[in-house]
Amino acid sequence: MLLIKNGRVLDPAANTDEVRDVLLHGELISGVGANLSGDGAEIFDASGMIVAPGFIDLHCHLREPGQELSETIETGTRSAARGGFTAVCCMPNTQPVNDNASVTRGIVERAAASGSVRVWPIGAASMGSKGEALAEIAAMKSAGIVAVSDDGKPVANSRLMRQVMDYCDSLGLPVIDHCEDASLFAGGVMREGLQSLKLGLKGIPAQCESICVGRDVAVAQLTGARLHIAHMSTRGSLDYVRWAKKQGLRVTCEVTPHHFTLTDEDVRYDTRYKMNPPLASREDREALIEGLADGSIDAIATDHAPHHAASKDVEFDRAPFGIIGFETALALGLTELVIEGRVSLMRLVELFTTGPARVLGMERKISPGEPADLTIFSTEHEWTYNAADSPSKSRNTPFDGRSFRGAPMATIVAGRVVYRR
Amino acid sequence: MLQRLPHLLGIEDLNREQITFILDQAKPFQEFQRYPLKKLATLRGKTVAIAFFEPSTRTRISFATAAARLGADTMAFQAESSSLKKGESLVDTVRTLEAMRPDGIVMRHSSSGAPEFVASRLDIPVLNAGDGTHEHPTQGLLDALTIRDRKGKLEGWNVTILGDILHSRVARSNIHLLSKFGAQITLCGPAMWVPRELENLAPNLRRSLHVEEALDGADVVMVLRVQTERLHEPALAPEEYIQGYQLTSARLRLAREDAIVLHPGPMNRGLEIESAVADGEQSAVLEQVTNGLAIRMALLYHLVGAAPVDAPHPAKERTNASD
Repeated sequence: MLLIKNGRVLDPAANTDEVRDVLLHGELISGVGANLSGDGAEIFDASGMIVAPGFIDLHCHLREPGQELSETIETGTRSAARGGFTAVCCMPNTQPVNDNASVTRGIVERAAASGSVRVWPIGAASMGSKGEALAEIAAMKSAGIVAVSDDGKPVANSRLMRQVMDYCDSLGLPVIDHCEDASLFAGGVMREGLQSLKLGLKGIPAQCESICVGRDVAVAQLTGARLHIAHMSTRGSLDYVRWAKKQGLRVTCEVTPHHFTLTDEDVRYDTRYKMNPPLASREDREALIEGLADGSIDAIATDHAPHHAASKDVEFDRAPFGIIGFETALALGLTELVIEGRVSLMRLVELFTTGPARVLGMERKISPGEPADLTIFSTEHEWTYNAADSPSKSRNTPFDGRSFRGAPMATIVAGRVVYRR
Repeated sequence: MLQRLPHLLGIEDLNREQITFILDQAKPFQEFQRYPLKKLATLRGKTVAIAFFEPSTRTRISFATAAARLGADTMAFQAESSSLKKGESLVDTVRTLEAMRPDGIVMRHSSSGAPEFVASRLDIPVLNAGDGTHEHPTQGLLDALTIRDRKGKLEGWNVTILGDILHSRVARSNIHLLSKFGAQITLCGPAMWVPRELENLAPNLRRSLHVEEALDGADVVMVLRVQTERLHEPALAPEEYIQGYQLTSARLRLAREDAIVLHPGPMNRGLEIESAVADGEQSAVLEQVTNGLAIRMALLYHLVGAAPVDAPHPAKERTNASD
């Protein structure tokens, strides 16, 4: 038993914001209220801290199996726990690709044996994510996948996308798409604009993403299936999502902390600023923040993408895309959105909890009988992020050395404290 | 106070004073190219690594000759014959070069930013001899020297740059340099090679898609080489380019009578430039080549020789020090 005393309980599901005690019994929440007494329970003093439902990350790369030099389920989930995440959804672009039940089972077993937090695998949409034949989606669902995506290799063929959506809808799974038009992408390495012209780096136009979001929304209209847009980065894409929502389509989307924090103007010849989608324009960033505030955007997801040091220590155009992100996500949300007065604290918590849960067709709340997954954080704690201290195997982040106000203080998964600052 | 440059990575971050200093320092080296004995002892005992990760003949020979005429030894490294083909990373390659203790490295690379990447990891001066589609600073400087010589000053000219601006590092270095000296610059070429955003790269830039409009009143016309390997992106028939953008004698008459014509070379005669223009009186193409040597000698002298900015100029010494 664990009794969390005097925390400010923020529960977006019930819209509660009150100082309460939360009692955990085994893997479940057994009580929420004022002055709870738990005989013999271990006490966690959460005075001055926020007690929130457990954070869910809809989008990360744990690199296992196959790329263990960059990350493993063990190291990645330890990093996730430090970031306050109680569950992370790992993308299927492993080696081999998670396109069949045996790979899914392998991930689930490794996570049970070595994971600090819950690992919810995402299965490939097509075999080998090659965009040709459907992956073994139903079998993967039985093995534990929570969604389907060919992340990094978007389904270019609209007919196949239609089939994936139809099939996944029948299985109750959302389809997540990394939206990118391959011909407009054309080997680009950063957002097209003045900065790409200055640096002489090949640009990717904003429409490379939105053109695909538009296509996907149309296919969602055709099928009526659940569509989730991954790491959305532009105003144009957001306009399509808003339109889809207005039509009553089941379309959701996520935004990463780096896209609501940085812009293409921050890009230098430093591969820690190279990610896909690339950092967008100032206007795009502004649009994303508006979308996060007004509810058009459903979730914040990290797109935690570890790459070992040698692979990033190369010329900009030769480096792989992606940055790590678990440990800075909440702090960036607090700094860039809440402290700036753009998004309420309750809304930020929603974007990390009930928002992503709804995308997966789940619930997330702090009430008796629910899983004892909680994220306890401070909005005051001052700290400096030092990537070298991360349990992650990789260090590829532009936020190394940045100082923050606000941090995860404890992460509780199934009643167990898996991280404590 | 003029600070000695640690590297030469690009023109964008240089100021007028630094540029003028380099041009002034090149002046005696221009004269030096006419001496019967073209050898100084200034960099005797120094070694310059000339690392070309992308094929080039002219720039490589120009740097090698500049180093030789200053008395330096050179260490040639070319991608075709190198371990890069065997999968070695750039970091490892340049660290290997550095372990042979050169006093400076001249590098060309197909990746924009590669010289900056190397400069941040090595302790020796790095001279950018062209990186991707970013900058080609020595070309910008030698063009400036040529303009200053031919036109009497560098300030305030109407400059028209003609060609594939998007993919041109020569254009970028020239835009940065000339705009610092108050030039009104017109960028002209096929629409897809002159993106609108380019107008914001520096002050006083304008985009024009019509060659007649672009040449009207020009004091300096810079013709860029059509990189034939780029003609496929998008596919553009050479005839289309010739019709729209070739610099012909007839078109050149729209520019000012005393306008000069520059080309970074190698020229595709009959494609971006008509032979009569390339060989005409207004052409400064061969001066550019000679000025390239002078600029590169001046830069090697200061960066590799670590000469203080107020040092006496070596080309003023007697030149019988040949060894």
